[in-house]
Amino acid sequence: MLALDHREVKMARMTTFAPTLAPDEVRFVAELQEGRAEAFEHLVRGYGGRMLAVARRLLHHEEDAQDAVQEAFVNAFRSIGTFDGRSQIGTWLHRIVVNAALMKLRRKARKPERSIEELLPTWLPDGHREAPGPAWAESGESMLARRETRELVRQSIEQLPETYRTVLVLRDIEELDTEETARLLEVTSAVVKTRLHRARQALRTLLDPHFGGAS
Amino acid sequence: MSCRDIIEFLMDYENRELPIAQRLLFEIHLRLCPQCRDYLDSYRKTVRLGQAAAAEDEPTMPEDLVRAILASREGIVPLPRS
Repeated sequence: MLALDHREVKMARMTTFAPTLAPDEVRFVAELQEGRAEAFEHLVRGYGGRMLAVARRLLHHEEDAQDAVQEAFVNAFRSIGTFDGRSQIGTWLHRIVVNAALMKLRRKARKPERSIEELLPTWLPDGHREAPGPAWAESGESMLARRETRELVRQSIEQLPETYRTVLVLRDIEELDTEETARLLEVTSAVVKTRLHRARQALRTLLDPHFGGAS
Repeated sequence: MSCRDIIEFLMDYENRELPIAQRLLFEIHLRLCPQCRDYLDSYRKTVRLGQAAAAEDEPTMPEDLVRAILASREGIVPLPRS
């Protein structure tokens, strides 16, 4: 009978258990779990940029974002032995950095910020919207083709009150589902849905002066 | 159904979570109300813009951050393998 060493058994089990991992990724995980320094460097250089982008979206300050990424990698190093290959490494790291960024947000003192109500539609007594403004005539594709549009949208997202910005980022940008978002934020799914809808309405209000009537 | 109701339940409509009867009323209102149609259009574009704005080039990790992260690995005791 062919004798397999521990590494080969682990790799075989991981491939069978987690068909989502490509063979080279299975090998890479094995090297990480063996503690190989060059594998860790490859992990940091290969995934760090994406993780930094996620942290920046959730945290205002660059220093906080970099701290969150560093904390995320510490957590990853600590728990690499428990990575079972059920998800891609990138997905696993994404979850870790989202958690690290949210922990950082919770620890920070909350600054006073504008009320979301200022950014929501206002109503006339007959139920019609007050000052509806012109339609957004330009197509989404045309808007997105312009670099300044993407920058405008990023800056507008930054202006949202933190509670609502966080939900918008987690749901619409990081593409977490409602239940996962609720779990991470320790609120109910209903709260996530309400906050998301308000965040989207608020973002629309911030963008309206730039796109309303434009063609 | 008023314009205010339309905007309040817009996300449920988009997610197909409205009961059928309510959905029908919603769609009748949209047919009759150009302002609500415009709002729905701009809401959809806002969601797409938000998603796309984040699809930026992957930032480069500052080298000092890379080194700090690799150095921080030194004292870490990994959890036992499962």
